[in-house]
Amino acid sequence: MAELERHSFDVLVIGAGGAGLRAAIEAREHGMRTAVLCKSLFGKAHTVMAEGGIAAAMGNVNSNDSWQVHFRDTMRGGKFLNNWRMAELHAKEAPDRVWELETYGALFDRTADGRVSQRNFGGHEYPRLAHVGDRTGLELIRTLQQKIVSLQQEDHAETGDHEAKLRVFQEFTVSDLLVEDGRIAGAFGYWRESGRFALFTSPAVILATGGIGKSFKVTSNSWEYTGDGHALALRAGASLINMEFIQFHPTGMVWPPSVKGILVTESVRGDGGVLRNSEGKRFMFDYIPEVFKEKYADSEAEGDRWYTDADNNRRPPELLPRDEVARAINSEVKAGRGTEHGGVFLDVSTRLPAEEITRRLPSMHHQFKELADVDITAQPMEVGPTCHYVMGGVEVDPDTGASSVPGLFAAGEVSGGMHGSNRLGGNSLSDLLVFGRRAGTGASDYVSALPVRPVPSEAAVAEAQATALAPFSGEGGENPYTLHMELQQAMNDLVGIIRKAEEIEQALERLEGLKARARTLTVEGHRQFNPGWHLALDLRNMLVVSECVAKAALLRTESRGGHTRDDYPGMDPEWRRKLLVCRTTGPSEVDVEVKAQIPIREDLLELFDRGELEKYLTGDELGS
Amino acid sequence: MGYQGNFRVWRGDADGGGLEDFTVEVNEGEVVLDVIHRLQATQAGDLAVRWNCKAGKCGSCSAEINGRPRLLCMTRMSTFTEGETITITPMRTFPIIRDLVTDVSFNYTKAREIPSFKPPKGLAPGEYRMQQVDVERSQEFRKCIECFLCQDTCHVIRDHEENKEAFAGPRFLMRVAELEMHPLDEGGRVDAAQEQHGLGLCNITKCCSEVCPEHIKITDNALIPMKERVADRKYDPIVWLGNKIFRRQP
Amino acid sequence: MRAQISERTLRTDRWWLSPLLTVAGLGLISVYAAIRTFMNDYYWVGEYHYLTPMYSPCLSAECVPAASHFGQPLPELPGFLTPPIFIIPFLLGFRITCYYYRKAYYRAAWMSPPACAVAEPHKTYTGETKAPLIAQNLHRYFFYAASILLLINIYDAIAAFSGEKGFGIGLGNIILLVNVGLLAAYTLSCHSCRHIMGGKLKHFSKHPVRYWMWQRISTLNGKHMQLAWSSLIFVCLTDLYIALVASGVIGDLRFVN
Ligand code: SF4
Ligand code: SF4
Ligand code: FES
Ligand code: FES
Repeated sequence: MAELERHSFDVLVIGAGGAGLRAAIEAREHGMRTAVLCKSLFGKAHTVMAEGGIAAAMGNVNSNDSWQVHFRDTMRGGKFLNNWRMAELHAKEAPDRVWELETYGALFDRTADGRVSQRNFGGHEYPRLAHVGDRTGLELIRTLQQKIVSLQQEDHAETGDHEAKLRVFQEFTVSDLLVEDGRIAGAFGYWRESGRFALFTSPAVILATGGIGKSFKVTSNSWEYTGDGHALALRAGASLINMEFIQFHPTGMVWPPSVKGILVTESVRGDGGVLRNSEGKRFMFDYIPEVFKEKYADSEAEGDRWYTDADNNRRPPELLPRDEVARAINSEVKAGRGTEHGGVFLDVSTRLPAEEITRRLPSMHHQFKELADVDITAQPMEVGPTCHYVMGGVEVDPDTGASSVPGLFAAGEVSGGMHGSNRLGGNSLSDLLVFGRRAGTGASDYVSALPVRPVPSEAAVAEAQATALAPFSGEGGENPYTLHMELQQAMNDLVGIIRKAEEIEQALERLEGLKARARTLTVEGHRQFNPGWHLALDLRNMLVVSECVAKAALLRTESRGGHTRDDYPGMDPEWRRKLLVCRTTGPSEVDVEVKAQIPIREDLLELFDRGELEKYLTGDELGS
Repeated sequence: MGYQGNFRVWRGDADGGGLEDFTVEVNEGEVVLDVIHRLQATQAGDLAVRWNCKAGKCGSCSAEINGRPRLLCMTRMSTFTEGETITITPMRTFPIIRDLVTDVSFNYTKAREIPSFKPPKGLAPGEYRMQQVDVERSQEFRKCIECFLCQDTCHVIRDHEENKEAFAGPRFLMRVAELEMHPLDEGGRVDAAQEQHGLGLCNITKCCSEVCPEHIKITDNALIPMKERVADRKYDPIVWLGNKIFRRQP
Repeated sequence: MRAQISERTLRTDRWWLSPLLTVAGLGLISVYAAIRTFMNDYYWVGEYHYLTPMYSPCLSAECVPAASHFGQPLPELPGFLTPPIFIIPFLLGFRITCYYYRKAYYRAAWMSPPACAVAEPHKTYTGETKAPLIAQNLHRYFFYAASILLLINIYDAIAAFSGEKGFGIGLGNIILLVNVGLLAAYTLSCHSCRHIMGGKLKHFSKHPVRYWMWQRISTLNGKHMQLAWSSLIFVCLTDLYIALVASGVIGDLRFVN
């Protein structure tokens, strides 16, 4: 214990994606000594994969846009299950967050009059996504990274030390949060490189760890997405909501196998790409659900006109919210109208001239060329659904990002509520910025108001260390890679895009089995950069989070957004009023309970037609 | 479809190491990173390798394949013949941590040495106006995924450790160019490019452009234009003569 | 501490081929150019008024009078010196400081580096920071000079349409035209030219004409290497053709008159 590395900070941010970096910038600007802890190198976070853009109602391309319209779209997309306060803050603040990025040096694509250009995207009524070609996420990360560097340069000019107020600890994994008397006291983890442990004392922790996709077999998510933040929050005593809602992105690559799941951006469809089955039919016209009938074109001709004249035509059904498109593709493939590799065709080659495609979709062109040897200017792509995003996450206070555990905050994908049952494309990058900033402020205010800072007890530290070392002690146990593969298979097959009670129950049984086997996992080698060991520790997180997902999915007996029950295909307004909350009840036990949803504020409800509300709300909510 | 491929992978750390031979299954459509992962899962559980996105977007999986700096996830196995032995080594220019993982902190240090974007004073957020044609040059450079392969391949530091102090490397000289060409930046970094960031050490031999997985024309569009800007300010004989005669400080 | 790998390179492809070709090509051309320079003959075809670009402008007193399109302001040269002595420093300077040729000979002749990811043999390296290499920064002045010589070459090529018997067209005319075309493309595609014409601007949108030129030059610039080689080789071929015609080894193929 003697040589344990120790650090002390005012605010710890776990995760260096968009939300984490934005939170860190905010905390530092509030004068907090801030540390960012991230599993990868600084600037590699999964946010770089976001392609489409940042949704913000700036109205640069269509001046009819406003926060109210954005709010409406977000609520519709989430099937009204969203935390309305979050959706409101998000819609109101997103434009400022985008403009702020420009002051940090971001270079978005421009309109003819020199403002930030905005593009169309599924579920958004107006062109709304600020973007840079199809590498917006990279721009966002790089911009925030460079802003951090610029703050560090300021600190250097002042104190002679770049890291005086803001320090990034890269390739560091947090394995446990330390809680004293119910308050956050710090975090414990290990350097991936050396395997050495370190203790961070800090009264506030902001979780910004992203999602849980690595629990599924086909996913667009990177290895980092093991649900660490979700699990850390659970173990610290916070609650998760909406865990049953998982977004399957309709268009992931299906071939070659090694890249299965990697995303094909929605902008392909926004810019004119169409979906066809193996018979060459544009099948999406057969899948427009009742609630969207008025908003989407019912003929190819009208859909095609929309690209040039959006005011007088309805949009093509390829641009339905993601859950609808994903389900449609799934049904086409199941009905035997899929492609050779089990997907459908996404074609832009016949829709746009080649140089237009390479200009608008450069990284897609590059990605298909290099990974699949497909030239998208000449051939269609093969695509299929892939696990992309978890709507559920830590239950937080909308204004501050605070969880129920004092000192614990969350922002970005790891937090829950904002997107309801389904997230609109482009709302994730704006979510990161809006709530990253809010969590930064929330944590800073919390720390400033704190009379005494809790100190982590040595016992807790020792325990955390013992837990982390456990995989080395066993002998003859299983290899973590095998367990991981089984977990992914189970989640993908049994709690995937279409769910049934029996299958979910089966999944829960398998999870129990996996949990038991995980206790005796064995890893080889030593602690220095040992991926086997890292996976063993991550597996603990994936298992507990998967259990939340499965349990919540079993309870919710309806279909809504990212949760489709084959045995309960309809949407039930009664269920709209209920949230499913997941908490720990033991060292590796979780339980899911029903909690009432807070009614939507009156003035926000008035933004909708009554006719529309009737589809979602119950009779007594409508006050009839 | 699948075959048994021959691989030589460098294993070791700062204390030493060497190439080890492996025979691994290779399937259709795979990239080198898939093979490394199979190696990890079946034969060498503690083989260290960095990766994230598997789609050439994060720039984590940089290494050298048959001696050439490349992304492991973007090198398709179909570019090799079945009988070929494929050698995979860590980036040479940076200190080794273990196996294929190197310590790339040099790059983060250099990033900090470049003065940041300096926005115009008194321009409120939301008031920025820039034309597409004016942002396009810098946008090309902002495609950079910071894989540091260009830094790895650049002979200025690859072959001369002692130059690391004085040379920012192509990635960060390109960052200087990006800011110089940013339509609203008011920084002014031309002299510093030559004097502090080592632009003069670059002999435009273009290896950085050759390896860049984003196909950024680093030399043609960033380094040479910067050299020309430096020439504008520092090597214009008329200005130089004027300075001599009138004893002005340039 | 770097990974200990003793091999100078692990590249398995024929990385040495391209530097080898470069050295061979540049060597051959240098030898040819030297021979022709000191030959001091066969540079002017009186009958058709063909003047080889290697001797243009011909400014000193020993020039064939008709070949001196711009008079003979200079006295007869002493010893072994020949008329090209006045233009060679500029032409050579232009090519030597050209960004492409620099790349080519740094790699091929100086082996710094011989190829990407192949270790160079030198102990120390200072790049273009010290004399003499710091003078590479003067490239743009050679560009100006070369542009003037190019204009003169264009004049020569046009003047060659009127020979002793008045207007006429022969193969030599076509060759001279292609030659100045390639030289012009090479010169225009120069990086310094690209910079001066528009690259130095911060706001293209405020200078539409220069932006337009910059775009055109950038397209050409993408082919700078190809233009560097083809124009160099073609100058030699042009010179060779004129030498052969001038020495009477072959006759000019006439199309008109
Ligand atoms: S062009 Fe310059 S920066 Fe690029 S590799 Fe060569 S010497 Fe290095
Ligand atoms: S410029 Fe290219 S090679 Fe260099 S770090 Fe960026 S992406 Fe990698
Ligand atoms: S893993 Fe992201 S670039 Fe290779
Ligand atoms: S760069 Fe080659 S001639 Fe100027």
